[in-house]
Amino acid sequence: MAHDASNHGSATKRIWTVFAILSVVTIVEVILGIIRPEFLVETHLLRMHLLNWIFIILTLYKAYYITWAFMHMEHETKGLRRSIVWTGIFLVCYLIFILLTEGDYIFDVYRDGYISWDF
Amino acid sequence: MDATAVKTGTEGKIWGGGDSQPLKASYGKMMMWFFILSDALTFSGFLAAYGFSRFKFINQWPIADEVFTHFPFLHGVDAPMYYVALMTFILIFSSVTMVLAVDAGHQMKKNKVIWYMFFTILGGFVFVGSQAWEWANFISGEYGAIETKGGKILQVVNAEGEQVALESFAVELPSDRTQLTKSEALWYESESSMPDFELAEVVEGFKANPDLLVRTQMLNEAGEKTILSREASLAKLENDAIGVVQGANLVHNEYGPPLFADFFFFITGFHGFHVFSGVIINIIIFINVILGTYERRGSYEMVEKVGLYWHFVDLVWVFVFTFFYLV
Repeated sequence: MAHDASNHGSATKRIWTVFAILSVVTIVEVILGIIRPEFLVETHLLRMHLLNWIFIILTLYKAYYITWAFMHMEHETKGLRRSIVWTGIFLVCYLIFILLTEGDYIFDVYRDGYISWDF
Repeated sequence: MDATAVKTGTEGKIWGGGDSQPLKASYGKMMMWFFILSDALTFSGFLAAYGFSRFKFINQWPIADEVFTHFPFLHGVDAPMYYVALMTFILIFSSVTMVLAVDAGHQMKKNKVIWYMFFTILGGFVFVGSQAWEWANFISGEYGAIETKGGKILQVVNAEGEQVALESFAVELPSDRTQLTKSEALWYESESSMPDFELAEVVEGFKANPDLLVRTQMLNEAGEKTILSREASLAKLENDAIGVVQGANLVHNEYGPPLFADFFFFITGFHGFHVFSGVIINIIIFINVILGTYERRGSYEMVEKVGLYWHFVDLVWVFVFTFFYLV
């Protein structure tokens, strides 16, 4: 959307703020990835350890800022925003659910020895 | 030059977008958004397939921190993830310069748009180059591994549990193996080089070094690769080993299940291809900006559209980074 001269300063300020947020989140991710704190790796939530949940949530947080601030989704109309974001999120969730469930099932089949695969 | 703004030539043509602005966005911008949506679904398909294969082999997937440990000019230094983190910063920063270019375009400041786009393109090139370097390291491998009959990988570690390169202990055995050329067996089969050492040489070297142990690709309770005892190591090599593997290709890799390398090549490759095409499109728009096309048209919306694509590439990398290197 067009910016008039009066809100120019705030647009640039917003860009640098978002850059700072993205940088800090990435640094936090890398630090967590390198030290891998014991209690986060050992605590499990929904069959995945807490550290992985933190990574995924931080990623979605970054994705939100990139889409909303950098891609100007916040300035688009509600209709455009919903037709892009909701469609994507719905289909991606569906895909992830189906494929991960199936992958886990195959893991069980391999582990319980219905198929000889490690010979 | 006429004082009136130059038009894009799509006025009145419905399939070219015309003047209509559904959802208050121009036709081109809306189509870019829907292209991005479909491309996002393609990438999600790849990443979900990666998740599928990983869940299938959840107890033996390679640990990213042990695979991606290189940093330019730091030879032999164990630097897990620093380089991909740097690549992520480069891409995020080129996204920032891109959005600054879009912002400058809104204010019709041609010179600012030129400079910001220049830095964006530069960042894109650095990123593609970094990815090539990452690939080169991944393909050439570091320690090498032994492959078993079941297609599993056995790595060799010392008493401290640190990985040991096969070439450091393999012994030299007399061998009459010669390089396979097209004139030898089948006219279409040849090899580009001889392997540096063979399985028998590695096994002999292993027997001669009593403090070496075999590490399997199976993860134990603590999420680390299982290390076998000396006796079990020797038995494993005796019974199961069928060959040595150095580095990675689509069929074998020294890091673990071959699918890991397949997905690495496919997903980062497809993303790298997007970065590359993004750079090309950016250059085209960059030239147009310099030529003053958008100045005459009275709108820098093309910069905004290519910017959308560029941010999307960054967005995908954020997910690839998480699922390939962190999780």
